[in-house]
Amino acid sequence: MEFIGSIFTLYWERADWFLGLLGTHMLLSGIAIGIAGVAGLGIGVLISEFRKAAPVVIGICNVCYTIPSISLFGLLIPFLGIGNPTAVTALTIYAMMPMVRNTYTGITGIDRDILEAARGMGSTRWQILWRVKLPLAVSVILTGLRSMVVMTIAVGGIASFVGAGGLGVAIYRGITMYDPAMTFAGSLLIAAFALLADLLLGFAEKIYKKKRRMF
Amino acid sequence: MAAIEFRGVTKRYGESVVLRDFSLSVEPGERIAMIGRSGCGKTTVLKMVNALLSPDEGQVLVNGENVLQTNQILLRRQIGYVIQNVGLFPHLNIEKNIAYVPSLSRAWPKPQRQQEVARLLALVGLEGNMAKRYPSELSGGQKQRVGIARALAAQPKILLMDEPFGAVDEITRRSLQEELLRLSGELSLTVLFVTHDIREAMKIGSRVLVMDAGEISQLASPEEILQSPANAFVRELVCGI
Ligand SMILES: Nc1ncnc2c1ncn2[C@@H]1O[C@H](COP(=O)(O)OP(=O)(O)OP(=O)(O)O)[C@@H](O)[C@H]1O
Ligand SMILES: [Mg+2]
Repeated sequence: MEFIGSIFTLYWERADWFLGLLGTHMLLSGIAIGIAGVAGLGIGVLISEFRKAAPVVIGICNVCYTIPSISLFGLLIPFLGIGNPTAVTALTIYAMMPMVRNTYTGITGIDRDILEAARGMGSTRWQILWRVKLPLAVSVILTGLRSMVVMTIAVGGIASFVGAGGLGVAIYRGITMYDPAMTFAGSLLIAAFALLADLLLGFAEKIYKKKRRMF
Repeated sequence: MAAIEFRGVTKRYGESVVLRDFSLSVEPGERIAMIGRSGCGKTTVLKMVNALLSPDEGQVLVNGENVLQTNQILLRRQIGYVIQNVGLFPHLNIEKNIAYVPSLSRAWPKPQRQQEVARLLALVGLEGNMAKRYPSELSGGQKQRVGIARALAAQPKILLMDEPFGAVDEITRRSLQEELLRLSGELSLTVLFVTHDIREAMKIGSRVLVMDAGEISQLASPEEILQSPANAFVRELVCGI
């Protein structure tokens, strides 16, 4: 009880500092999510149109995904130095995999009869993609986006180990200064932020499915 | 000039020959009912007309033009296509499903779309209030009717129908058959119609095409098929009626 109390005291006393960290955290993960979201979607679409490239591209994404996060950050330091660029790059690399994979499986999983109908009725390749494939893949893509967002926010907590900002700074400081309350306070905010993002995206997903009668 | 013409078409998948030296000439306004065992190549024939498949040998001509040498996108928009498994777009409501082809070429502005869809729904015997529903909210037979309305939307002169009435009960099926006959007469449509039901073939076809293993067993009027079946396979087919 005392411990929890001390956390809230901490929030209260250092509200500006925590808000600043939260802001940076949002910014760093937001940039990574934005880049990976757009690029991952694009790559996923491309490899679903040019299937031959798919195994290689997905293989690369999988390999990147299995690198432990702390070592991926470390690996980038020689190239990008210490600080936010390294953090954003590492987060983006991680975030690619779920986007690419889900876009690809979402599109390739569409019923062949539906695509045949679209083609047989005289849709151009672009029209098939835009009017049929993407709308039908949206719910799988959204699932990928959701897990990607949550993961990026969480992994963003490690960014401070390579000198970047964000809530990881609080965690790191707590560890180095033997201040468990500080570490916990940082972690709690990350978890709350991730949870909130997940809820919002889940809500968006529900509205979309309801509108399209996909239950 | 023939509306649809096959000239010595052969189609293979690897080793297996699916169509062998297949020739057929369909005059405008004719209805050809194709019947034959599962896997004998009926769907393959249809898909060659709208160039979803291309022949390994021979030519397919629509209105005198080789389908491989015309703009296939435009060709397909001018041919109504009812596919074997309906293939409605699950993410679009009925109105948008029906208006799909016109929307590809931006033929219908929005107010016109509602009118046209209402007209087409009535044409296939569906209530106008279906327009805002989604395919998942329709019965199998209703979906098939929507599939037909969708194929008719761009006012095609040629209609390809692959077992279009498979999923409906006997009574609905009969009324759909009547509607198709009426429509094809009114709009003087050229129809290639695939079915598994010899009685349906006899009713729909101005000529009936009996296929066996990628070749034509007999192509003749329903009366002739009944009176003088060309071979044992055709005889067996018609003996039930
Ligand atoms: N993509 C493909 N690759 C290999 N073989 C195929 C392919 N598509 C069709 N076939 C074969 O070609 C033959 C003819 O197929 P088709 O779909 O034309 O038959 P069908 O007469 O329409 O049968 P059904 O009445 O069951 O619909 C079948 O033996 C089928 O297995
Ligand atoms: Mg078939």
